[in-house]
Amino acid sequence: MKSDSNLEKVLAAGHFAVTGELGPPRGANLEAVKEKAAHLVGMVDAVNVTDNQTAVVRMASWAVSLTIKEMGLEPNYQMVCRDRNRLAMQSDILGAAALGINTMLCLSGDHPSFGDHPQAANVHDIDSIQQLAMIKRMRDEGKFLGGDDIDTPPKMFVGAAANPFGDPFELRVLRLGKKVAAGADFIQTQCIYNMERFAEYMRQAHDMGLTENTKLLAGVTPLKSAGMAKYMANRVPGMDVPKAVVDRIAGQPKEKQAEEGIKLLCEQIEQLKEMPGVAGIHLMAIEWEHRVPEIVERAGLLPRPQV
Amino acid sequence: MITATRKPMEEILKSVEPFRKILLLGCNECVTVCHAGGRKEVALLGAALRLGRLQKGQPLEVEELTLERQCDPEYVEELARTVDQYDAVCSMACGCGVQTIAERYPALPVMPMVNTEFMGASEANGVWAERCAGCGDCVLGYTGGICPVARCSKRIFNGPCGGSTKGKCEISKDVDCAWQLIWDRLKELGQTELYSKLMEPKDWSTARDGGPRRIVREDMAL
Ligand code: SF4
Ligand code: SF4
Repeated sequence: MKSDSNLEKVLAAGHFAVTGELGPPRGANLEAVKEKAAHLVGMVDAVNVTDNQTAVVRMASWAVSLTIKEMGLEPNYQMVCRDRNRLAMQSDILGAAALGINTMLCLSGDHPSFGDHPQAANVHDIDSIQQLAMIKRMRDEGKFLGGDDIDTPPKMFVGAAANPFGDPFELRVLRLGKKVAAGADFIQTQCIYNMERFAEYMRQAHDMGLTENTKLLAGVTPLKSAGMAKYMANRVPGMDVPKAVVDRIAGQPKEKQAEEGIKLLCEQIEQLKEMPGVAGIHLMAIEWEHRVPEIVERAGLLPRPQV
Repeated sequence: MITATRKPMEEILKSVEPFRKILLLGCNECVTVCHAGGRKEVALLGAALRLGRLQKGQPLEVEELTLERQCDPEYVEELARTVDQYDAVCSMACGCGVQTIAERYPALPVMPMVNTEFMGASEANGVWAERCAGCGDCVLGYTGGICPVARCSKRIFNGPCGGSTKGKCEISKDVDCAWQLIWDRLKELGQTELYSKLMEPKDWSTARDGGPRRIVREDMAL
Protein backbone atom coordinates (compact mmCIF):
# COMPACT_ATOMS: atom_id res chain seq x y z
CA MET A 1 0.00 0.00 0.00
CA LYS A 2 1.23 3.44 -0.88
CA SER A 3 -0.98 5.15 1.70
CA ASP A 4 -3.67 4.69 4.30
CA SER A 5 -6.30 5.64 1.76
CA ASN A 6 -9.59 3.81 2.05
CA LEU A 7 -10.06 4.25 -1.68
CA GLU A 8 -6.73 2.57 -2.32
CA LYS A 9 -7.73 -0.38 -0.14
CA VAL A 10 -11.14 -0.77 -1.76
CA LEU A 11 -9.63 -0.71 -5.23
CA ALA A 12 -6.74 -2.99 -4.30
CA ALA A 13 -9.25 -5.54 -2.95
CA GLY A 14 -10.91 -5.52 -6.36
CA HIS A 15 -14.21 -3.96 -5.30
CA PHE A 16 -16.21 -1.74 -7.66
CA ALA A 17 -15.46 1.60 -6.03
CA VAL A 18 -17.86 4.46 -5.47
CA THR A 19 -16.66 8.00 -4.82
CA GLY A 20 -18.83 10.99 -4.09
CA GLU A 21 -18.37 14.69 -4.20
CA LEU A 22 -18.89 17.56 -1.82
CA GLY A 23 -18.64 21.25 -2.66
CA PRO A 24 -17.46 23.38 0.30
CA PRO A 25 -19.73 26.25 1.34
CA ARG A 26 -19.25 29.88 0.38
CA GLY A 27 -18.76 30.95 3.95
CA ALA A 28 -17.29 29.83 7.25
CA ASN A 29 -20.20 27.59 8.15
CA LEU A 30 -18.87 24.20 9.19
CA GLU A 31 -22.35 22.97 10.13
CA ALA A 32 -23.35 23.14 6.48
CA VAL A 33 -20.39 20.90 5.63
CA LYS A 34 -21.35 18.39 8.29
CA GLU A 35 -24.95 18.33 7.20
CA LYS A 36 -24.04 17.57 3.59
CA ALA A 37 -21.37 15.06 4.57
CA ALA A 38 -23.71 13.17 6.91
CA HIS A 39 -25.68 11.93 3.90
CA LEU A 40 -22.54 10.35 2.48
CA VAL A 41 -21.30 8.39 5.50
CA GLY A 42 -21.35 4.69 4.66
CA MET A 43 -22.48 5.39 1.09
CA VAL A 44 -19.18 6.00 -0.72
CA ASP A 45 -15.53 4.96 -0.42
CA ALA A 46 -14.16 8.47 -0.72
CA VAL A 47 -15.53 11.96 -1.17
CA ASN A 48 -13.98 14.50 -3.52
CA VAL A 49 -13.75 17.85 -1.81
CA THR A 50 -13.65 20.45 -4.52
CA ASP A 51 -11.12 23.29 -4.58
CA ASN A 52 -12.70 26.63 -5.45
CA GLN A 53 -14.71 24.88 -8.12
CA THR A 54 -15.72 26.87 -11.19
CA ALA A 55 -13.21 29.45 -9.94
CA VAL A 56 -15.58 30.62 -7.21
CA VAL A 57 -14.17 31.19 -3.72
CA ARG A 58 -15.22 28.57 -1.19
CA MET A 59 -14.03 27.18 2.11
CA ALA A 60 -10.57 25.61 1.83
CA SER A 61 -10.62 22.10 0.49
CA TRP A 62 -8.17 20.83 3.14
CA ALA A 63 -10.34 22.25 5.96
CA VAL A 64 -13.45 20.54 4.66
CA SER A 65 -11.43 17.37 4.01
CA LEU A 66 -10.30 17.31 7.61
CA THR A 67 -13.83 17.90 8.88
CA ILE A 68 -15.33 15.02 6.93
CA LYS A 69 -12.38 12.80 7.83
CA GLU A 70 -13.35 13.28 11.45
CA MET A 71 -16.86 12.15 10.54
CA GLY A 72 -15.50 8.87 9.23
CA LEU A 73 -15.41 9.70 5.53
CA GLU A 74 -12.33 9.36 3.33
CA PRO A 75 -11.70 12.77 1.77
CA ASN A 76 -10.28 13.02 -1.71
CA TYR A 77 -8.57 16.39 -1.35
CA GLN A 78 -8.73 18.25 -4.65
CA MET A 79 -6.06 20.78 -5.53
CA VAL A 80 -6.11 22.99 -8.60
CA CYS A 81 -3.06 24.52 -10.28
CA ARG A 82 -4.82 27.81 -10.85
CA ASP A 83 -4.48 29.22 -7.34
CA ARG A 84 -1.15 28.00 -5.99
CA ASN A 85 2.46 27.89 -7.00
CA ARG A 86 4.66 24.90 -6.28
CA LEU A 87 5.68 26.19 -2.85
CA ALA A 88 2.11 26.64 -1.67
CA MET A 89 1.11 23.28 -3.12
CA GLN A 90 3.85 21.33 -1.41
CA SER A 91 3.28 23.02 1.91
CA ASP A 92 -0.46 22.31 1.71
CA ILE A 93 0.26 18.70 0.77
CA LEU A 94 2.50 18.27 3.81
CA GLY A 95 -0.13 19.84 6.04
CA ALA A 96 -2.86 17.65 4.64
CA ALA A 97 -0.79 14.50 5.02
CA ALA A 98 0.08 15.44 8.60
CA LEU A 99 -3.63 15.79 9.38
CA GLY A 100 -4.36 12.29 8.06
CA ILE A 101 -5.59 13.15 4.58
CA ASN A 102 -4.53 10.24 2.37
CA THR A 103 -6.07 10.81 -1.03
CA MET A 104 -5.55 13.67 -3.44
CA LEU A 105 -6.74 14.68 -6.87
CA CYS A 106 -4.69 16.90 -9.20
CA LEU A 107 -6.50 19.34 -11.47
CA SER A 108 -5.79 22.33 -13.69
CA GLY A 109 -8.89 24.12 -12.40
CA ASP A 110 -11.46 26.11 -14.33
CA HIS A 111 -10.23 29.40 -15.70
CA PRO A 112 -10.90 32.41 -13.42
CA SER A 113 -12.95 34.07 -16.14
CA PHE A 114 -15.79 31.71 -15.18
CA GLY A 115 -15.78 32.56 -11.50
CA ASP A 116 -16.47 35.31 -9.02
CA HIS A 117 -13.00 36.88 -9.34
CA PRO A 118 -12.37 37.21 -13.05
CA GLN A 119 -9.86 39.94 -12.14
CA ALA A 120 -7.64 37.47 -10.27
CA ALA A 121 -4.06 36.69 -11.21
CA ASN A 122 -3.97 33.02 -12.05
CA VAL A 123 -0.89 31.13 -11.08
CA HIS A 124 -0.43 28.05 -13.29
CA ASP A 125 3.13 27.59 -12.11
CA ILE A 126 2.97 23.86 -12.90
CA ASP A 127 0.27 21.95 -14.74
CA SER A 128 -1.84 19.11 -13.37
CA ILE A 129 0.40 16.40 -14.82
CA GLN A 130 3.49 17.99 -13.33
CA GLN A 131 1.59 18.34 -10.04
CA LEU A 132 0.76 14.65 -10.11
CA ALA A 133 4.37 13.70 -10.77
CA MET A 134 5.44 16.06 -7.99
CA ILE A 135 3.21 14.39 -5.39
CA LYS A 136 4.32 10.93 -6.50
CA ARG A 137 7.92 12.01 -6.17
CA MET A 138 7.31 13.51 -2.74
CA ARG A 139 5.77 10.22 -1.65
CA ASP A 140 8.03 7.66 -3.35
CA GLU A 141 11.37 9.43 -3.33
CA GLY A 142 10.86 11.71 -0.36
CA LYS A 143 11.99 14.69 -2.41
CA PHE A 144 10.61 18.18 -2.83
CA LEU A 145 10.28 19.39 -6.39
CA GLY A 146 13.33 21.58 -5.74
CA GLY A 147 15.37 18.48 -4.94
CA ASP A 148 15.71 18.64 -1.15
CA ASP A 149 14.84 15.67 1.02
CA ILE A 150 11.55 15.55 2.92
CA ASP A 151 12.06 14.14 6.38
CA THR A 152 8.58 12.60 6.60
CA PRO A 153 7.19 12.13 3.10
CA PRO A 154 3.44 12.54 2.62
CA LYS A 155 1.76 9.19 1.95
CA MET A 156 -0.84 10.08 -0.63
CA PHE A 157 -2.92 7.98 -2.96
CA VAL A 158 -2.91 10.36 -5.87
CA GLY A 159 -5.24 10.70 -8.78
CA ALA A 160 -6.09 12.83 -11.75
CA ALA A 161 -9.11 13.74 -13.77
CA ALA A 162 -9.73 12.87 -17.39
CA ASN A 163 -12.26 14.17 -19.83
CA PRO A 164 -13.02 11.56 -22.48
CA PHE A 165 -15.12 14.14 -24.35
CA GLY A 166 -12.78 17.07 -24.72
CA ASP A 167 -11.17 17.68 -28.06
CA PRO A 168 -9.20 16.56 -29.93
CA PHE A 169 -10.61 13.07 -29.30
CA GLU A 170 -7.46 11.28 -30.48
CA LEU A 171 -5.45 13.15 -27.85
CA ARG A 172 -7.76 12.17 -25.02
CA VAL A 173 -6.44 8.66 -24.58
CA LEU A 174 -2.87 9.84 -25.17
CA ARG A 175 -3.29 12.44 -22.47
CA LEU A 176 -4.70 9.81 -20.16
CA GLY A 177 -1.56 7.85 -20.97
CA LYS A 178 0.54 10.81 -19.92
CA LYS A 179 -1.26 11.00 -16.60
CA VAL A 180 -0.74 7.30 -16.03
CA ALA A 181 2.94 7.68 -16.94
CA ALA A 182 3.21 10.60 -14.52
CA GLY A 183 2.03 8.29 -11.75
CA ALA A 184 -1.74 8.53 -11.42
CA ASP A 185 -2.91 5.83 -9.01
CA PHE A 186 -6.47 6.48 -10.05
CA ILE A 187 -8.39 8.49 -12.60
CA GLN A 188 -11.83 10.02 -12.24
CA THR A 189 -13.53 11.05 -15.43
CA GLN A 190 -15.76 13.95 -16.33
CA CYS A 191 -19.51 13.15 -16.30
CA ILE A 192 -20.42 10.64 -18.94
CA TYR A 193 -23.66 10.87 -20.87
CA ASN A 194 -22.46 9.68 -24.27
CA MET A 195 -22.01 6.01 -23.42
CA GLU A 196 -20.96 4.98 -26.92
CA ARG A 197 -18.16 7.44 -27.12
CA PHE A 198 -17.04 6.54 -23.63
CA ALA A 199 -17.01 2.84 -24.48
CA GLU A 200 -14.77 3.63 -27.44
CA TYR A 201 -12.47 5.64 -25.19
CA MET A 202 -12.33 2.81 -22.67
CA ARG A 203 -11.62 0.30 -25.38
CA GLN A 204 -8.63 2.33 -26.54
CA ALA A 205 -7.42 2.95 -22.99
CA HIS A 206 -7.79 -0.72 -22.13
CA ASP A 207 -5.99 -1.84 -25.30
CA MET A 208 -3.10 0.47 -24.51
CA GLY A 209 -2.81 -1.15 -21.09
CA LEU A 210 -3.62 2.08 -19.30
CA THR A 211 -6.08 0.45 -16.91
CA GLU A 212 -3.55 -2.08 -15.66
CA ASN A 213 -1.77 0.06 -13.10
CA THR A 214 -4.27 2.86 -12.78
CA LYS A 215 -7.83 2.47 -11.59
CA LEU A 216 -10.36 4.29 -13.66
CA LEU A 217 -13.57 5.57 -12.08
CA ALA A 218 -16.24 6.67 -14.51
CA GLY A 219 -17.87 9.99 -13.67
CA VAL A 220 -21.66 10.17 -13.47
CA THR A 221 -24.02 12.98 -12.56
CA PRO A 222 -27.78 12.63 -12.15
CA LEU A 223 -29.76 15.02 -14.31
CA LYS A 224 -32.24 16.72 -12.02
CA SER A 225 -34.29 18.45 -14.67
CA ALA A 226 -34.58 19.20 -18.37
CA GLY A 227 -33.11 22.63 -17.64
CA MET A 228 -30.00 21.06 -16.14
CA ALA A 229 -29.69 18.63 -19.05
CA LYS A 230 -29.83 21.50 -21.52
CA TYR A 231 -27.37 23.54 -19.51
CA MET A 232 -24.90 20.64 -19.40
CA ALA A 233 -25.39 20.05 -23.11
CA ASN A 234 -24.89 23.64 -24.21
CA ARG A 235 -23.00 25.56 -21.59
CA VAL A 236 -20.37 23.39 -19.94
CA PRO A 237 -17.13 23.29 -21.94
CA GLY A 238 -15.94 19.81 -22.84
CA MET A 239 -19.27 18.14 -21.96
CA ASP A 240 -21.03 15.77 -24.36
CA VAL A 241 -24.74 15.24 -23.67
CA PRO A 242 -26.45 13.50 -26.59
CA LYS A 243 -29.76 14.90 -27.75
CA ALA A 244 -31.49 11.61 -26.93
CA VAL A 245 -30.54 12.06 -23.26
CA VAL A 246 -31.83 15.63 -23.12
CA ASP A 247 -35.02 14.58 -24.91
CA ARG A 248 -35.58 11.69 -22.54
CA ILE A 249 -35.54 13.97 -19.48
CA ALA A 250 -37.41 16.77 -21.23
CA GLY A 251 -40.04 14.26 -22.36
CA GLN A 252 -41.24 13.84 -18.79
CA PRO A 253 -43.55 16.23 -16.95
CA LYS A 254 -41.63 18.59 -14.67
CA GLU A 255 -42.33 16.74 -11.44
CA LYS A 256 -41.13 13.44 -12.89
CA GLN A 257 -37.89 14.68 -14.46
CA ALA A 258 -35.71 14.08 -11.40
CA GLU A 259 -37.01 10.52 -11.09
CA GLU A 260 -36.25 9.93 -14.78
CA GLY A 261 -32.75 11.34 -14.21
CA ILE A 262 -32.10 8.83 -11.43
CA LYS A 263 -33.50 5.99 -13.53
CA LEU A 264 -31.19 6.94 -16.40
CA LEU A 265 -28.27 7.14 -14.00
CA CYS A 266 -28.92 3.64 -12.63
CA GLU A 267 -29.02 2.26 -16.16
CA GLN A 268 -25.72 3.98 -16.91
CA ILE A 269 -24.13 2.53 -13.79
CA GLU A 270 -25.24 -0.97 -14.86
CA GLN A 271 -23.56 -0.42 -18.23
CA LEU A 272 -20.40 0.89 -16.58
CA LYS A 273 -20.15 -2.10 -14.26
CA GLU A 274 -19.90 -4.30 -17.34
CA MET A 275 -17.30 -2.20 -19.15
CA PRO A 276 -13.76 -3.66 -19.14
CA GLY A 277 -11.31 -1.42 -17.32
CA VAL A 278 -13.89 0.52 -15.32
CA ALA A 279 -12.95 0.08 -11.66
CA GLY A 280 -15.78 2.09 -10.18
CA ILE A 281 -17.86 5.20 -10.49
CA HIS A 282 -17.39 8.75 -9.38
CA LEU A 283 -20.83 10.06 -8.47
CA MET A 284 -21.04 13.82 -8.71
CA ALA A 285 -24.46 14.59 -7.28
CA ILE A 286 -24.05 18.33 -7.45
CA GLU A 287 -25.93 19.89 -4.50
CA TRP A 288 -27.89 16.67 -4.24
CA GLU A 289 -25.94 14.97 -1.47
CA HIS A 290 -29.19 14.07 0.29
CA ARG A 291 -30.25 11.92 -2.65
CA VAL A 292 -26.99 9.93 -2.71
CA PRO A 293 -28.16 7.18 -0.31
CA GLU A 294 -31.21 6.53 -2.48
CA ILE A 295 -29.12 6.55 -5.67
CA VAL A 296 -26.44 4.13 -4.48
CA GLU A 297 -29.09 1.88 -2.98
CA ARG A 298 -31.08 1.73 -6.20
CA ALA A 299 -27.89 1.23 -8.24
CA GLY A 300 -27.12 -1.85 -6.15
CA LEU A 301 -23.92 -0.41 -4.75
CA LEU A 302 -24.64 -0.98 -1.06
CA PRO A 303 -23.28 -1.94 1.37
CA ARG A 304 -19.87 -0.40 0.80
CA PRO A 305 -17.01 -2.82 1.50
CA GLN A 306 -15.22 -2.65 4.83
CA VAL A 307 -11.49 -3.01 4.13
CA MET B 1 6.36 43.60 -31.59
CA ILE B 2 4.96 45.38 -28.58
CA THR B 3 1.32 46.22 -29.07
CA ALA B 4 -0.58 49.10 -27.51
CA THR B 5 -3.98 50.73 -27.67
CA ARG B 6 -4.82 54.34 -26.94
CA LYS B 7 -6.29 55.10 -23.55
CA PRO B 8 -9.90 56.31 -23.45
CA MET B 9 -10.22 60.04 -24.14
CA GLU B 10 -11.87 60.67 -20.80
CA GLU B 11 -8.91 59.21 -18.90
CA ILE B 12 -6.47 61.14 -21.06
CA LEU B 13 -8.25 64.46 -20.50
CA LYS B 14 -8.30 63.84 -16.77
CA SER B 15 -4.59 63.04 -16.69
CA VAL B 16 -3.61 66.26 -18.47
CA GLU B 17 -5.93 68.48 -16.43
CA PRO B 18 -3.14 70.12 -14.37
CA PHE B 19 -1.09 71.14 -17.43
CA ARG B 20 -1.17 74.11 -19.81
CA LYS B 21 1.60 73.26 -22.23
CA ILE B 22 2.59 69.73 -23.15
CA LEU B 23 4.79 67.85 -25.54
CA LEU B 24 2.83 65.06 -27.20
CA LEU B 25 5.43 62.50 -28.07
CA GLY B 26 5.03 59.59 -30.47
CA CYS B 27 7.36 56.77 -31.41
CA ASN B 28 8.18 55.51 -34.86
CA GLU B 29 8.52 51.85 -33.94
CA CYS B 30 6.02 49.28 -32.65
CA VAL B 31 3.26 51.74 -31.75
CA THR B 32 3.43 53.11 -35.27
CA VAL B 33 3.02 49.64 -36.76
CA CYS B 34 0.02 48.87 -34.55
CA HIS B 35 -1.47 52.31 -35.19
CA ALA B 36 -1.49 53.39 -31.58
CA GLY B 37 1.19 56.06 -31.20
CA GLY B 38 2.91 57.01 -34.44
CA ARG B 39 2.96 60.36 -36.22
CA LYS B 40 -0.63 59.99 -37.41
CA GLU B 41 -1.99 59.12 -33.98
CA VAL B 42 -0.03 61.97 -32.42
CA ALA B 43 -1.71 64.40 -34.83
CA LEU B 44 -5.14 62.98 -34.11
CA LEU B 45 -4.75 63.00 -30.36
CA GLY B 46 -3.17 66.47 -30.48
CA ALA B 47 -6.23 67.83 -32.25
CA ALA B 48 -8.59 66.03 -29.89
CA LEU B 49 -6.76 67.34 -26.84
CA ARG B 50 -6.82 70.94 -28.02
CA LEU B 51 -10.48 70.70 -28.84
CA GLY B 52 -11.38 68.90 -25.63
CA ARG B 53 -9.68 71.53 -23.52
CA LEU B 54 -11.07 74.41 -25.54
CA GLN B 55 -14.55 73.11 -24.85
CA LYS B 56 -13.76 73.21 -21.15
CA GLY B 57 -12.54 76.78 -21.49
CA GLN B 58 -8.99 75.78 -20.48
CA PRO B 59 -6.96 75.87 -23.71
CA LEU B 60 -4.00 73.51 -23.88
CA GLU B 61 -0.87 74.16 -25.87
CA VAL B 62 0.20 70.94 -27.54
CA GLU B 63 3.45 70.53 -29.39
CA GLU B 64 3.75 67.35 -31.44
CA LEU B 65 6.84 65.29 -32.06
CA THR B 66 7.52 61.69 -33.00
CA LEU B 67 10.90 60.20 -32.14
CA GLU B 68 12.60 57.50 -34.13
CA ARG B 69 12.57 55.31 -31.03
CA GLN B 70 11.42 56.39 -27.61
CA CYS B 71 13.04 53.48 -25.76
CA ASP B 72 16.51 54.47 -26.91
CA PRO B 73 18.56 57.16 -25.10
CA GLU B 74 20.15 58.26 -28.35
CA TYR B 75 16.84 59.55 -29.71
CA VAL B 76 15.45 60.70 -26.39
CA GLU B 77 18.47 63.01 -26.11
CA GLU B 78 16.96 65.11 -28.92
CA LEU B 79 14.55 66.62 -26.39
CA ALA B 80 17.24 67.93 -24.07
CA ARG B 81 17.29 71.48 -25.43
CA THR B 82 13.55 72.09 -25.57
CA VAL B 83 12.14 70.03 -22.78
CA ASP B 84 12.12 72.89 -20.25
CA GLN B 85 9.35 74.62 -22.15
CA TYR B 86 6.76 72.04 -21.25
CA ASP B 87 4.72 71.27 -18.14
CA ALA B 88 4.67 67.59 -19.07
CA VAL B 89 5.37 65.03 -21.74
CA CYS B 90 2.41 62.99 -22.91
CA SER B 91 3.91 59.87 -24.38
CA MET B 92 2.23 57.70 -26.95
CA ALA B 93 5.02 55.12 -26.82
CA CYS B 94 4.85 51.81 -24.96
CA GLY B 95 5.74 51.62 -21.28
CA CYS B 96 9.42 51.28 -22.16
CA GLY B 97 9.36 54.58 -24.03
CA VAL B 98 7.53 56.34 -21.21
CA GLN B 99 10.08 55.14 -18.69
CA THR B 100 13.05 56.06 -20.82
CA ILE B 101 11.77 59.64 -20.91
CA ALA B 102 11.06 59.63 -17.17
CA GLU B 103 14.54 58.40 -16.40
CA ARG B 104 16.28 60.94 -18.61
CA TYR B 105 14.17 63.94 -17.53
CA PRO B 106 13.49 63.37 -13.84
CA ALA B 107 11.95 66.80 -13.24
CA LEU B 108 9.31 66.38 -15.91
CA PRO B 109 5.99 64.56 -15.41
CA VAL B 110 5.45 61.90 -18.11
CA MET B 111 1.92 60.73 -18.78
CA PRO B 112 1.18 57.54 -20.71
CA MET B 113 -1.38 58.02 -23.47
CA VAL B 114 -1.58 54.35 -24.44
CA ASN B 115 -2.01 51.07 -22.64
CA THR B 116 0.85 48.75 -23.48
CA GLU B 117 -0.75 45.41 -24.25
CA PHE B 118 1.41 42.43 -25.21
CA MET B 119 3.98 41.02 -27.56
CA GLY B 120 2.02 40.12 -30.59
CA ALA B 121 2.03 39.36 -34.24
CA SER B 122 -0.21 40.75 -36.93
CA GLU B 123 -2.83 38.17 -37.92
CA ALA B 124 -4.68 40.28 -40.46
CA ASN B 125 -5.09 43.94 -41.22
CA GLY B 126 -6.00 45.54 -37.92
CA VAL B 127 -5.72 42.34 -35.88
CA TRP B 128 -2.88 41.62 -33.49
CA ALA B 129 -2.63 38.56 -31.30
CA GLU B 130 -0.47 37.62 -28.35
CA ARG B 131 2.27 35.21 -29.31
CA CYS B 132 5.00 35.36 -26.70
CA ALA B 133 5.18 36.15 -23.01
CA GLY B 134 8.95 36.59 -22.94
CA CYS B 135 9.59 33.68 -20.60
CA GLY B 136 13.32 33.70 -21.25
CA ASP B 137 13.59 30.00 -22.08
CA CYS B 138 11.83 29.24 -25.30
CA VAL B 139 10.14 25.86 -25.76
CA LEU B 140 8.70 26.44 -29.23
CA GLY B 141 10.95 23.70 -30.61
CA TYR B 142 9.02 21.11 -28.58
CA THR B 143 5.55 22.47 -29.16
CA GLY B 144 5.27 22.71 -32.90
CA GLY B 145 6.16 26.39 -32.91
CA ILE B 146 3.09 27.36 -30.86
CA CYS B 147 3.61 28.83 -27.43
CA PRO B 148 1.89 27.13 -24.48
CA VAL B 149 2.87 29.99 -22.16
CA ALA B 150 1.40 32.85 -24.13
CA ARG B 151 -1.37 31.03 -25.97
CA CYS B 152 -2.81 28.49 -23.53
CA SER B 153 -5.09 30.30 -21.08
CA LYS B 154 -3.77 28.09 -18.28
CA ARG B 155 -0.13 27.94 -19.36
CA ILE B 156 -0.38 24.15 -19.51
CA PHE B 157 2.75 22.33 -20.64
CA ASN B 158 1.12 18.94 -21.06
CA GLY B 159 -2.24 19.94 -22.46
CA PRO B 160 -4.96 20.18 -23.50
CA CYS B 161 -7.12 20.60 -20.41
CA GLY B 162 -10.59 19.06 -20.30
CA GLY B 163 -12.19 22.29 -21.46
CA SER B 164 -10.86 22.19 -25.02
CA THR B 165 -13.86 22.02 -27.34
CA LYS B 166 -13.89 21.86 -31.12
CA GLY B 167 -10.49 23.49 -31.32
CA LYS B 168 -11.47 26.37 -29.05
CA CYS B 169 -10.36 27.26 -25.54
CA GLU B 170 -12.77 26.85 -22.64
CA ILE B 171 -12.68 30.57 -21.94
CA SER B 172 -14.27 31.58 -25.24
CA LYS B 173 -15.27 30.38 -28.67
CA ASP B 174 -13.17 33.24 -30.03
CA VAL B 175 -9.94 31.86 -28.57
CA ASP B 176 -8.10 28.99 -30.23
CA CYS B 177 -7.05 26.16 -27.94
CA ALA B 178 -3.27 26.35 -28.07
CA TRP B 179 -3.00 22.62 -27.51
CA GLN B 180 -5.27 21.82 -30.39
CA LEU B 181 -2.98 23.96 -32.55
CA ILE B 182 0.12 22.33 -31.10
CA TRP B 183 -1.25 18.84 -31.70
CA ASP B 184 -2.34 19.62 -35.27
CA ARG B 185 1.07 21.06 -36.06
CA LEU B 186 2.97 18.17 -34.44
CA LYS B 187 0.96 15.79 -36.60
CA GLU B 188 1.74 17.82 -39.68
CA LEU B 189 5.41 17.75 -38.80
CA GLY B 190 5.40 14.04 -38.01
CA GLN B 191 6.59 14.91 -34.50
CA THR B 192 3.75 13.49 -32.41
CA GLU B 193 6.28 11.67 -30.23
CA LEU B 194 7.14 15.08 -28.78
CA TYR B 195 3.70 15.12 -27.18
CA SER B 196 4.12 11.83 -25.34
CA LYS B 197 7.17 13.05 -23.48
CA LEU B 198 6.29 14.59 -20.11
CA MET B 199 7.30 18.22 -20.11
CA GLU B 200 8.98 19.01 -16.81
CA PRO B 201 7.91 21.88 -14.55
CA LYS B 202 9.16 25.09 -16.06
CA ASP B 203 11.99 27.11 -14.58
CA TRP B 204 10.26 30.48 -14.30
CA SER B 205 13.34 32.20 -12.90
CA THR B 206 14.23 33.17 -16.46
CA ALA B 207 10.83 34.85 -16.73
CA ARG B 208 9.55 37.86 -14.78
CA ASP B 209 9.34 35.61 -11.68
CA GLY B 210 13.12 35.84 -11.34
CA GLY B 211 12.85 39.60 -10.79
CA PRO B 212 13.35 42.40 -13.34
CA ARG B 213 15.52 41.19 -16.18
CA ARG B 214 18.46 42.70 -18.05
CA ILE B 215 20.55 41.60 -20.95
CA VAL B 216 24.20 42.61 -20.73
CA ARG B 217 26.33 42.13 -23.82
CA GLU B 218 29.82 43.02 -22.82
CA ASP B 219 31.06 42.56 -26.37
CA MET B 220 28.93 45.54 -27.35
CA ALA B 221 30.15 47.97 -24.71
CA LEU B 222 31.77 51.09 -26.15
S1 SF4 C 1 8.14 29.73 -24.79
FE1 SF4 C 1 8.65 31.64 -23.80
S2 SF4 C 1 10.04 32.72 -25.19
FE2 SF4 C 1 9.07 31.06 -26.38
S3 SF4 C 1 7.30 32.04 -27.34
FE3 SF4 C 1 6.57 31.18 -25.41
S4 SF4 C 1 6.79 32.83 -23.90
FE4 SF4 C 1 7.97 33.40 -25.73
S1 SF4 D 1 -8.78 24.87 -23.64
FE1 SF4 D 1 -6.74 24.71 -24.55
S2 SF4 D 1 -5.92 26.81 -24.53
FE2 SF4 D 1 -7.69 26.77 -23.18
S3 SF4 D 1 -6.81 26.41 -21.18
FE3 SF4 D 1 -7.40 24.40 -21.97
S4 SF4 D 1 -5.57 23.64 -22.99
FE4 SF4 D 1 -5.24 25.82 -22.66
